[in-house]
Amino acid sequence: MSLILVIEQVLNGLQSGVMLFLMAAGLTLIFGVMGLINLAHGSLYMIGAFAAAAVAGATGSFLLGLAAALAASAAAGALIEASVLRRLYGRDHLDQVLATFALILIFSEGTRWLFGSFPLYLDIPDWLSGPVLLPGGIHYPLYRLAIIGVGLLVAFGLFALISRTRIGIRIRAGEADREMIGALGVNISVLYTLVFALGAALAGLAGALIGAIQSVQVGMGEPVMILAFVVIVIGGIGSIRGALVGALLVGLTDTLGRIFLPMLFGLFMEPTAATTTGSALASMSIYILMAAVLLVKPTGLYGSAG
Amino acid sequence: MRAKSLFLATAVASALALAAAPGARAEGIKVGMITTLSGGGASLGVDVRDGFMLAVKMSGRDDIEVVIEDDQRKPDIAVQLADKMIQSDRVDLLTGIIWSNLALAVVPAAVAQGKFYLSPNAGPSQLAGAGCDPLHFNVAWQNDDLPAAAGTYLAAEGFDNTLLLAPNYPAGHDMVNGFKRTFTGGINGEIFTKLGQKDYAAEIAQIRASGADSVFFFLPGGMGISFLKQYADSGVDIPLFGPAFSFDQGILQAVGDAALGVRNTSQWNKDIDNPANKAFVEAFQAEYGRLPSLYASQGYDTANLMISAMEKADVSDTDAFRAALEEADFDSVRGKFSFAPNHFPVQDIYVREVIKEGDVFTNRIVGVAATDFVNAYVDQCKM
Repeated sequence: MSLILVIEQVLNGLQSGVMLFLMAAGLTLIFGVMGLINLAHGSLYMIGAFAAAAVAGATGSFLLGLAAALAASAAAGALIEASVLRRLYGRDHLDQVLATFALILIFSEGTRWLFGSFPLYLDIPDWLSGPVLLPGGIHYPLYRLAIIGVGLLVAFGLFALISRTRIGIRIRAGEADREMIGALGVNISVLYTLVFALGAALAGLAGALIGAIQSVQVGMGEPVMILAFVVIVIGGIGSIRGALVGALLVGLTDTLGRIFLPMLFGLFMEPTAATTTGSALASMSIYILMAAVLLVKPTGLYGSAG
Repeated sequence: MRAKSLFLATAVASALALAAAPGARAEGIKVGMITTLSGGGASLGVDVRDGFMLAVKMSGRDDIEVVIEDDQRKPDIAVQLADKMIQSDRVDLLTGIIWSNLALAVVPAAVAQGKFYLSPNAGPSQLAGAGCDPLHFNVAWQNDDLPAAAGTYLAAEGFDNTLLLAPNYPAGHDMVNGFKRTFTGGINGEIFTKLGQKDYAAEIAQIRASGADSVFFFLPGGMGISFLKQYADSGVDIPLFGPAFSFDQGILQAVGDAALGVRNTSQWNKDIDNPANKAFVEAFQAEYGRLPSLYASQGYDTANLMISAMEKADVSDTDAFRAALEEADFDSVRGKFSFAPNHFPVQDIYVREVIKEGDVFTNRIVGVAATDFVNAYVDQCKM
């Protein structure tokens, strides 16, 4: 096992972490501000990927595809917020889960109806394809580096938006006391729609970026959705900083565990048994991580008590 | 207590009804198709269904009734559907399951209740060996078959340091074991991934560092699309081989250039030269407006096998119908086709290469990997 392999895996973990952050940020923002559990967040991810694949396929431009992904997922987010979810803010979480689960089914079958059951084609643009040589002789795909860059950029942008701008102040105020900021003359329903559209756009961006290296197909959002929930539970529900730290932790644990746990077991077990046990344990690793974090900090790393 | 006795009464009543059922219909057959029509694996189920229904339509028979339900790729749902089809729809024969873990959940119970099961895809080793059953027929392959043929091919090509990659579930282990059974070269290592995993960066880095001379992988559906795209982008140039599932007509368009030139083993391809195959490929394109896939060919063969048996025996006469199925007296799109004693196919397995025809990515046959291939579990089957 060489140092190069370790560094490459850390980069892979970072890349999967920043993409999880894009998903988890929207989820935690929506929960923090509106108190809404949105299971359909994965559908917004799927909508982003399908919009990118359709537009990139028609125009040949990946950047136009990305723009379309942002626009389509933000629009879909605003639409479901205004039509369905707005009625659910005062309701029990179980009602929200039920309604947003229904939205998953509607979006999945609607997408199948529009695009068919077969996966769509979306590829990395030529100017981002292929590996680059990093210092130390590491070959690493340029596109994955770009994803890490975009993810970190979005993370800093989001922090700046929340801590430095007027809209950020309102979002934080909305989290703290939604009745008071309504009483102070802020149009709370417009704010909610905006926050929802922002969260949806982040999910759509993640979907489009990931769609280019994975498969664009119906149901692609749900596995990511589960991971995003693990992330916000680890990070503390409602905390953007928690989402970032949690996402990186989950990304690194998952990636490093997948490779190094089977190797670790290989030291004292015969190869086939080692790969089987190691792989099985690796797929549990993030849940073990989540359980460990919750044992020490029941509200998550950055969660507010109570 | 009351609910329990109610349940008992229902059970007794349905048992009585079942006992009265055989012989009620003089002719015709009612088929229950449980397959994956939603979610990530839907394209496979859609192809099996379309191939099956095309054969039914082309036969011109109006005595075949097909009940189609979506299992959502979930074993518990598949079991519920099978119970419903057997008890309330009263089907004579079940078919359609794509995934080995679902087949293992449904098939033993279905055949124990006296229903025929014709598998258009999944062929887990458990159902081929000790768990074989007179009423279970597989019209596709045993899970080991295509990888075993690939093992023979790679050994013949002189590869001697092969890395194996498959998801950690029954078919994944079958595939890896099948490959190892025939491959005489050296094995570099084995990697098992989570079923449904979409990001292979970590595994690709491991492949890059492995020093292997070839990679044999089994990643069906969306997993294969993701892996091939990421592999092509990583710049690793160790040659890839695999069974046909990652190079199927349904997913090649989504993989694009990344799959070009990759060799894979398959019991079918659209350029196999026989009249049945020509008719199938043409009719499928005319009916559905796309090229048929491996899965579609399996669904089509499954229906034609069933129809060939219907011409010789009534399905209510279990022994006669089984004997008729065993004869496999139909024109398979694969050319030669017969059943081994454990009711799995004996067939030729080809080596294919991914090519681009105009704008369409597809496969062409470049050689034969194994002739009259018989699965490895025949001797373990006692029936």
